Amino acid sequence: MKLDTTGLESFPSLLAPQSDVVGELSAAPSFDLPNSNDVSIQFDGFLKEAIQMVKPAKGTTTLAFIFKEGVMVAADSRASMGGYISSQSVKKIIEINPYMLGTMAGGAADCQFWHRNLGIKTSLLPSFCSSLLHLGIPWLFPYNFVIDIVAAAIVEKEQKKWCRLHELANKRRISVTGASKLLANILYSYRGMGLSVGTMIAGWDETGPGLYYVDSEGGRLKGTRFSVGSGSPYAYGVLDSGYRYDLSIEEAAELARRAIYHATFRDGASGGVASVYYVGPNGWKKLSGDDVGELHYHYYPVTPSTVEQEMVEATGA
Amino acid sequence: MTKQRANWSPYDNNGGSCVAIAGADYCVIAADTRMSTGYNILTRDYSKISQLYDFPLKLNLDITKVSIVYRAEKCVMASSGFQADVKALQKVLSARHLIYQHQHNKQMSCPAMAQLLSNTLYYKRFFPYYAFNVLGGLDNEGKGCVFTYDAVGSYERVGYSSQGSGSTLIMPFLDNQLKSPSPLLLPVKDAVTPLSESEAVDLVKTVFASATERDIYTGDKVEIVILNGSGIRHEYMDLRKD
Repeated sequence: MKLDTTGLESFPSLLAPQSDVVGELSAAPSFDLPNSNDVSIQFDGFLKEAIQMVKPAKGTTTLAFIFKEGVMVAADSRASMGGYISSQSVKKIIEINPYMLGTMAGGAADCQFWHRNLGIKTSLLPSFCSSLLHLGIPWLFPYNFVIDIVAAAIVEKEQKKWCRLHELANKRRISVTGASKLLANILYSYRGMGLSVGTMIAGWDETGPGLYYVDSEGGRLKGTRFSVGSGSPYAYGVLDSGYRYDLSIEEAAELARRAIYHATFRDGASGGVASVYYVGPNGWKKLSGDDVGELHYHYYPVTPSTVEQEMVEATGA
Repeated sequence: MTKQRANWSPYDNNGGSCVAIAGADYCVIAADTRMSTGYNILTRDYSKISQLYDFPLKLNLDITKVSIVYRAEKCVMASSGFQADVKALQKVLSARHLIYQHQHNKQMSCPAMAQLLSNTLYYKRFFPYYAFNVLGGLDNEGKGCVFTYDAVGSYERVGYSSQGSGSTLIMPFLDNQLKSPSPLLLPVKDAVTPLSESEAVDLVKTVFASATERDIYTGDKVEIVILNGSGIRHEYMDLRKD
């Protein structure tokens, strides 16, 4: 049984002519499933186990909120498999393109892969490369990814044509709404198969700041304030108590960092480094990255406790 | 009568540990050579390391491009888990790499190979390769690089890593000896493994000797591959065989 993988095709019309042996091997392979006609075997027993077996990075704290100046995005960096910390340096804020960020909660591979996929898609979308051309930047292959097996020259020519045509039609980058829907539709097509993704897509488009929550159960919500992951209740506590729409960038960054720190303090599955990103009209920028172990002493400095009473020798009564 | 069906379980865990350490201009990749199933030792001499590149160096003799000296990119993968899946994975990777070489007339860079491995693993998301890999090599600037993976393709570039049955014993030890500032910190702090090549090789030997003491799936022999600007070198050290 093979899955429908049309969601993976990043630029089908360009890959189509490559249907020779090379094309067959270099084209995105489809997802393999165990050979069995009885789907219930795959999904009731073995497959569920197999998927559980290899799934790390469950606990997490991520948050994002819209305020006056743009969107603030923050996350911790811990990945754990059960009780074992498998990494303390996971990049949970994924840079989709210069104007858009995604956050990662749930299965690490699921988030990483589909955001990479979304990044390729949105930047190969004519709308995005039209803006590159518009700025006078020649078409650059955006990522060090493997589809460069397709002759780059063909891509360049084809893209420029697309871009020029699209530029004449509508000069725009992809909207946050569009990108989040693209991801939500992909995830929905795999619904019930064990993908585990809870993500926020944050960015700036021509309508201003945008923020969506998307998950692997098919949910897609627009909002101004989200937190996702096992540490989210703690993060929400700090975030909700400190949030105002008219925060300055500095205040918002501090609020985000403080919320992540307090989540890592109470949630065992969150920890590592608290990263804070800001997305404004000129794209995203990383504002801070602090080891939460050291941040603790920033928020709760050690003060030499005053000795209220010295221990004295008890006088025998 | 209730419906009975055989418990279909195609995976096995053959055990074994893998370690990789990146340095300023070298990379050390190592794995033990024991292969087990349950309490049985199947063989004491099974290599878990696969070389993903062809050697020797390919030199560019074009006089006009004399300033661009082609470095033969080097990349080595060590894998533990289920060795049948590992074999299948290695075959896919080397086929994809051969195609790349024919199309571009050069070797894939180590970071490109790292992403190819990630994608290859993810395309088996619903029927995973039961393989836990570390990929070590030299990047385009000649610096050592290590990539560490989970079974379904989540990956990260790190300074050092360990995978496999002994990883929970080895990783804390490596953290203790080598931990460098997180790459996520801002302002950025320099994070180079503070070891010379020979020190790194010695550390790897110590680490395996220690893991062998407490992990029944690690032992017999450790195979160490050292990559640097001047080429590739193999070393072996005997471990306990009990």
